[in-house]
Amino acid sequence: MITNEKVQEKLQIPPTKECLSEERIAYLDRLVGQARTAAYVFTQFTQEDVDRIVKSMVLSGLEQAQHLARLAVEETKLGVMEDKVIKNMVATEFAYNYIKDKRTVGIIREIPERNLVEIAEPIGVIFAMTPITNPTSTVLFKCVIAIKTRNAVIFSPHPNAWRCSSEAVRIMYESALKHGAPEGVFSCLDLHTLQDNAYLMRHKDVSLIDATGGTGAVRAAYSSGKPALGVGPGNTPVYLEKTADLNTAVVDIIVSKTFDNGTICASEQTVVIDDEIYDLVLKKFGELGAHICNEKETELLVRTVIDPKTGFMQPLAVGQNASDIARFAGLSVKPSTKLLIAQIYGVGREHPLSVEKLFPLLSVYRAKSVDEAFRVCVDLNHAGGLGHTAVIFSKNEEVICKFGEVMNAGRIIVNSPGSVGAVGGVYNDLVPTFSFGCGTGGGNSTTDNINIYHYLNIKRLARRTQTHMWFRVPNQIYFNMNAVENVRQFPSRSTIIVTNSTLEHIGAVDLVRRYIPEETHVHVSVIPDAEPEFKVIMQGVEALNFYKADQIIALGGGSVIDAAKIMKLKYQSPEADLEELAMPFLDLRKRVVEYPTAKAIRVRLIAISTTSGTGSEVTPFAVLTDKERGRKVTLADYSLSPDVAIVDPQFVLSMPKGLTADTGIDCLTHALEAGVSSYASAYTDANAMQAIRLVFKYLPIAYEHPHDEEARSMMHNAACIAGLAFSNASVGVNHALAHAFGARFGVAHGRANALMLPHVITYNASVPVKFLPSPYQKGYVAHKKYATIADLLGLGGHGTAEKVTSLVAAIEQLLDQLGFPRSIAELGISKEEFERGMPDLTRLAFDDPSWRSNPRMPLMDELVELFWKAYKGRGQEKVASASQYQDA
Amino acid sequence: MTMTAVWLKVDEQRFVPSLQDAGGKLDSVEDEVVLDFSSVLRIDPSAIRAMEEFATIADDKGVKIVLRGVSTSIYKVLKLVKLASRFAFTD
Repeated sequence: MITNEKVQEKLQIPPTKECLSEERIAYLDRLVGQARTAAYVFTQFTQEDVDRIVKSMVLSGLEQAQHLARLAVEETKLGVMEDKVIKNMVATEFAYNYIKDKRTVGIIREIPERNLVEIAEPIGVIFAMTPITNPTSTVLFKCVIAIKTRNAVIFSPHPNAWRCSSEAVRIMYESALKHGAPEGVFSCLDLHTLQDNAYLMRHKDVSLIDATGGTGAVRAAYSSGKPALGVGPGNTPVYLEKTADLNTAVVDIIVSKTFDNGTICASEQTVVIDDEIYDLVLKKFGELGAHICNEKETELLVRTVIDPKTGFMQPLAVGQNASDIARFAGLSVKPSTKLLIAQIYGVGREHPLSVEKLFPLLSVYRAKSVDEAFRVCVDLNHAGGLGHTAVIFSKNEEVICKFGEVMNAGRIIVNSPGSVGAVGGVYNDLVPTFSFGCGTGGGNSTTDNINIYHYLNIKRLARRTQTHMWFRVPNQIYFNMNAVENVRQFPSRSTIIVTNSTLEHIGAVDLVRRYIPEETHVHVSVIPDAEPEFKVIMQGVEALNFYKADQIIALGGGSVIDAAKIMKLKYQSPEADLEELAMPFLDLRKRVVEYPTAKAIRVRLIAISTTSGTGSEVTPFAVLTDKERGRKVTLADYSLSPDVAIVDPQFVLSMPKGLTADTGIDCLTHALEAGVSSYASAYTDANAMQAIRLVFKYLPIAYEHPHDEEARSMMHNAACIAGLAFSNASVGVNHALAHAFGARFGVAHGRANALMLPHVITYNASVPVKFLPSPYQKGYVAHKKYATIADLLGLGGHGTAEKVTSLVAAIEQLLDQLGFPRSIAELGISKEEFERGMPDLTRLAFDDPSWRSNPRMPLMDELVELFWKAYKGRGQEKVASASQYQDA
Repeated sequence: MTMTAVWLKVDEQRFVPSLQDAGGKLDSVEDEVVLDFSSVLRIDPSAIRAMEEFATIADDKGVKIVLRGVSTSIYKVLKLVKLASRFAFTD
């Protein structure tokens, strides 16, 4: 005798009092070993091989259907021989019909539109428990789907059905072997114990348990720690609704409940009948051979067929015919009685016949309303049949769908028999099966009808997809001197000009008004010359509502245009929640929060930029200042993009030097960040590169010679072109840092960008500590793109690193030329103050969506380091040596 | 006479006898036996048993077994039945 510890060691379960002999363990190990070898050998078989074997097995099963049915009835004393023949034929012929053309070897499905390929991998060794109620059909079915999927099966039949089940295994095995299946592919335990099952269920070489049987077997399978398919018990409720075709319903229910004497676990248990048709339905049942029990007969039946201790059905009644059950109970019924019907008045232990009854005894319930019928069906569903099957007979689609929603059942059979319907392929298009998945309600992992796909590991070959990209810009962009004249072509009844006091004062508003058609009512809304606050936005929206505006002309820099964008949004969609719309997102196309679309009101937004930097006249972004929390809120959506952009340099001729420098560097930062963005494309690159070239050439001129029209015009165009680039490629970590720093220390955006720029380029050009997943790029290219920019600017240098160094140096030189401070320290911010602000700075920078498109992922420590570099100042950057890069 | 290596072609139709023949020659081998599997398309449970026995005899005699031209599907079977580690493989 082997020791208990040794068994436990093999079983890998806590010690039990039970133990197996050494001989028994050797026998079980041998079975598993043979099955394992067979399963592995089977992996070499082709689809054609398995299809040939399956066909031969199915033919053998059909040939032996009657022999096996007879054996089953003789041995189990359950059910109806003729019905078991049908079951055996369904298990083979119907299963075959479903699987014959399905691929189960190699590539089984290709989904080109998703670049996915599914490849089948066999499970290996399956340990299958089969029930007493369907002892041969279940074996036939499992053998067929196992061969189709190249698996080996060890069968453990119900002990009281061992002879017929093992005969079914033998027939299938011999047929399979004869047609080339590997030796050992099927085996059947000899007469066995629960300990044998427990040992096999935990055996290291058993890959899957398929338990079709009683609750105990299913529970044991699920608690074994192995992947398992288990079929829970049923308690099928039927709702017979008043609109149903009663003749069909009554016959279908009789067919189903009497099929194989009700041994299929999906068969009808209680019929809930609408009050209006109740008497008629019972009359029809009676006419077709059912015996309607009176109160006394019902009581006698309960005593006979229900175990008073457990409340479950008595095994002696299972699979017996109606007249025999009546005889056991002492009822006098006609010998031809097909079905016994007993009324119940509720569900639960006080109503014993409300449980599962695997024999031809049907309980009926009279429901006064649809709601009551649903309640009773739900109760029945919860009284032992969760996840299994429910049936409805009705012509009312609404009631049918509601029933489907309410029932917790893997199969909801409509206007057809429950048992034969649930098996699939006969009355409906459900997948043919002899194992019903019952979902979590039944303690199962699936609600499916178990079939071939549950016997496969399906591997998915996922090819890289070419993600769709975009290049979205406003419909109309007018540029060059006097482009503002184009305002006249836009008809409007009521226009609001949003601007700031300076522009109004210098006559810019009057200049625009000159081109607005005379019939248009024009109103001017002057807002503070600062990044807009919510209060300012809402005042603007009030004005829009008051004047019932159909056009907004935003005349100003980024702040004014951003304010106008948000005013338009709130005017068209008052319900828009800015706080929610500003929620962070990873991918613009997959974001959770969706921007509202304008419904009742539609307004045109014309943006006329009066600075050369933000590009706001063409971008889908708007920045709002949240003064209370000391932060900036960035809104991003293409619905924010202006409808028309006017890029007229006459509005920037008088821009002060400081503003020229700040906005110019903002423009350069946009272009540089879009250029190396993980969203960059050939379309955005074209714009980014052109903008960079224009800035390097014309910004110093515009700064030194403010009245140089060409320089002003080119810088104005550069800002817009950079805007087109970053509208589609977005920006990067430079902006995240600048937003955080600007908000915390009140520094202008362009200036904040300038302080970070050389450090960020050096950072992005080095090998990332952490790469950012980017389906749009092939490999890490930021350093190469900086080198390309250096080439474009003619900066010289050999190899990537030298070129990046040249670019950084050129930018530093430009910043010096424009009089920018070299460090944050130069702004008069003390080291202590900066250090105190660091936690806020890093948190704000990391929360900022701008860096999501940065080529490398900024880690918190790296953000801190970048801030400190900016604090200490430029001129300290050393670009990584060329050896770090692959120039090729 | 002592040989340092023996080259044997394995015939799929006579797999088990082929291996048994090879087993008989192990006494005269000093270093290694190369079994040419290039014409074997599939192995069955009896082939696996024969290979297991052959590997055991070779281990006892300290002879290295090299399998040549083993198809991927056969290699996968040998891996699954934990026999792959007992052989060397070559193209």
